[in-house]
Amino acid sequence: MGDHHHGPAKGLSRWLFTTNHKDIGTMYLWFSFSMFMLGGTFAMIIRAELFQPGLQLVEPAFFNQMTTLHGLIMVFGAIMPSFVGLANWLIPMMIGAPDMALPRMNNWSFWILPPTFLLLASTLFMEGGAPAAGWTFYAPLSTTYAAPSVTFFIFSVHVLGLSSIMGSINIIATVMNMRAPGMTYMKMPLFVWTWLITAFLLVAVMPVLAGAVTMMLMDVHFGTSFFSAAGGGDPVLFQHVFWFFGHPEVYIIILPAFGVVSQIIPAFSRKPLFGYDSMVYATASIAFLSFIVWAHHMYTVGMPVAGELFFMYATMLIAVPTGVKVFNWVTTMWRGSLSFETPMLFCIGFLVLFTIGGFTGLMLAIAPSDFQYHDTYFVVAHFHYVMVAGAVFSMSAAIYFWLPKWCGRMYNETMGKTHFWISFIGFNLAFFPQHFVGLAGMPRRIPDYALQFTDFNMMSSIGAFIYGLSQVLFLYNVIATIVAGKPVSDPKVWDGAEGLEWTIPTPAPYHTFETPPKIDPAHAHS
Amino acid sequence: MCFEAKRLLKLALGPVLMLVSAVVLAYGPEVNQVNMAPGVTAVGERIYDLHMWILGVCTVIGVGVFGVMFYSIINHRKSKGAVASHFHESTKVEIAWTVIPFLILLVMAVPSTSTLLEVYNNDDAEMDILVTGFQWKWKYEYIDESGENVSFFSNLRTPQSEIHNADPKGEYYLLEVDEPMVIPVNTKVRFLITGNDVIHSWWVPDLAVKRDAIPGFINEAWTKVDTVGVYRGQCAELCGKDHGFMPIVVNVVSKEDYSQWLSGKQAEAAAIKELMAQTFTLDQQVERGKAVYERSCLACHGANGEGGVGKAIAGSAIVTGDINKHLDVGINGVPGTAMQAFGGQLNDVDMAAVITYQRNAFGNNMGDMVQPIDVYNHKKG
Repeated sequence: MGDHHHGPAKGLSRWLFTTNHKDIGTMYLWFSFSMFMLGGTFAMIIRAELFQPGLQLVEPAFFNQMTTLHGLIMVFGAIMPSFVGLANWLIPMMIGAPDMALPRMNNWSFWILPPTFLLLASTLFMEGGAPAAGWTFYAPLSTTYAAPSVTFFIFSVHVLGLSSIMGSINIIATVMNMRAPGMTYMKMPLFVWTWLITAFLLVAVMPVLAGAVTMMLMDVHFGTSFFSAAGGGDPVLFQHVFWFFGHPEVYIIILPAFGVVSQIIPAFSRKPLFGYDSMVYATASIAFLSFIVWAHHMYTVGMPVAGELFFMYATMLIAVPTGVKVFNWVTTMWRGSLSFETPMLFCIGFLVLFTIGGFTGLMLAIAPSDFQYHDTYFVVAHFHYVMVAGAVFSMSAAIYFWLPKWCGRMYNETMGKTHFWISFIGFNLAFFPQHFVGLAGMPRRIPDYALQFTDFNMMSSIGAFIYGLSQVLFLYNVIATIVAGKPVSDPKVWDGAEGLEWTIPTPAPYHTFETPPKIDPAHAHS
Repeated sequence: MCFEAKRLLKLALGPVLMLVSAVVLAYGPEVNQVNMAPGVTAVGERIYDLHMWILGVCTVIGVGVFGVMFYSIINHRKSKGAVASHFHESTKVEIAWTVIPFLILLVMAVPSTSTLLEVYNNDDAEMDILVTGFQWKWKYEYIDESGENVSFFSNLRTPQSEIHNADPKGEYYLLEVDEPMVIPVNTKVRFLITGNDVIHSWWVPDLAVKRDAIPGFINEAWTKVDTVGVYRGQCAELCGKDHGFMPIVVNVVSKEDYSQWLSGKQAEAAAIKELMAQTFTLDQQVERGKAVYERSCLACHGANGEGGVGKAIAGSAIVTGDINKHLDVGINGVPGTAMQAFGGQLNDVDMAAVITYQRNAFGNNMGDMVQPIDVYNHKKG
């Protein structure tokens, strides 16, 4: 046994060759945070240009590269890998497994990411510039009319798809095979459930995205006409294929966030999660519905009215399971014993802002109204409410919640709360006015705008700068905690936290659950 | 700045100005407008009502949910000595909050469906306009049963100097065009919308019409405007570099004014046809060509042919080289560059004039010229 209790290797090789789920989780988290900063920098450039009407800082062609890379890097480089990092750290600890089921593949899934994003970012310095057709890269703007760098972009998408698929297979294999005896499916923490379902979504749709970019590659280099009507193809085909991937993709981003919130709200309510079973079923329903609503992103492409009606009804249905989730969270808080440490603040922020994003989502589902909302800042506001206030807020909550367990040191609560309030104010100042300008008629993805939209854009830019700065505070707080935070050693860092990860020592040892834990049936799922 | 002053005035004299603006009938976004405009069509009003109704339902639900949540936050806090209950399940409650939202959605679906069917009701149009999106301008072609179509391009009129902050910005900054679409009031107009290069989207908020302009496909949309006025919109689908610079202006006029305008355009087209057969002198060509240059070339090639986005005209190898090659670049553009094919955008008279002008301006003293018939023959191959 003695040999198995070794610690991590020393130096760079520890990180390069590691198969340890905690090390890999850490690398994913740091990588995604650095991508978050890069994508955030692009956002700051966008908001600086939009601070006032007229072109001040950048030219329109570069502006389009910024919006495109901002979206791509935030979705694929920041949010998705951050939740994979969280999954790596937490899933084995939550189900009582010693590590992920496929540790070598785990290493590989991570290590192909940094070169891929380096390649993607390097397109900025290529002739003709980076891809500039938006993160949705509609053909033929992204094919026939694209800069040569599109080929590098296509390759990047292939590789990061590979990474996602490998990561997902690993999660599925781990959850299905490595649960401690007695940890039945309906006893798993909700975070594990949401990730299991997310992993299935990823395995199902990443190949579809790979198909879309492969067809692009063929059109660009091999003379095919998948997306060109002149050669017998169809530009709208691209949108169908893209959104068949793209709509499940947005749930891939938000479902693990639901999982995080479902762990943290009960902990600080000191009360079990309300309606565990219905939470699982709601998550599965959302995942199923995500496959049959894709064309609600395309109400204006000229679909037959029967198609529009189908996609409208199906999309409206999503409000039901999503509503169930929100009601369950609120009811979990009801008659609890609430306290408001930083993770809880971020979860409440999530709950309020995600619900607002859900309401605008329902409005956008209504096809006739969408003719007025589509491709305006109203949509930009909507998806930042669900992506930033949804995914990123829950990610911040997760870091504050589990960081003490990971490193055995407590973060500075005052600084954490300050981070929350600055984020919350900055975020709303940045994105709430975007509802207004969108409804008033400002299209998205424009580098310059009519004078009537000036004041709200100025507010929006100021809010964005505040939100951006608050993330620097976050970074500082995290580093300060790891380096010099107040040591904690209680296995249960939070008095209300439930689950296997709170039964192991703090900080979590390099290897945990080498012998499976006993599951106390009374303490099933947190 | 002029605009700032106007805005201050507008804040102070809001109600008065609303009356005034109703008289001058200029529509478009209001300063700091926070909501969707009801617009000036029956469909637009239905969409607006639907929007407000759904927003209202969401607000009521939101107040309920957040109300319960904040009640908990205030009253069930540990610091007040709240002790946690342990309930965590209730099938009845779960069924209730699954079924009730579903019923609310059913109620929402009814007006949504009927409004959508109305949006899609393209029947009985009294006239058709073919709308084509180009990088980065719109082309409007009035379909005429006798084959005498009227067509023209609609370009951004805001000068580069305003965009680059050299001059103060006008009231309709980025929402103004050189030649607006003109349609008659109280007439069902059908738009046939397509794209020439990439996907664009034709959107006028006050008309509640937004439809993608897709190359190789023709989408239908329609409007019936009940108020005379000028309505402004923009391209809504990212279409490349100047996506933000291809506005739409629709001038809705009385039926009499419309027929007058249409006959004017037809006469203009007839006059061009007449001119096509003529031969011009160098001076005539240069005079006409200068105007065309300023309209169509200057933005990229500079006021003195010094270049910019496009290459310099002054001393250019193409402009001072083979005249047929020069004409070919004008008509077919240079694929893969910002130089577009102008053959479909300029008529043969204007094309001949502007090629001639370029060869005899900015110090290019070629002395040769192109006649409309040469352009015609070149296009025929």
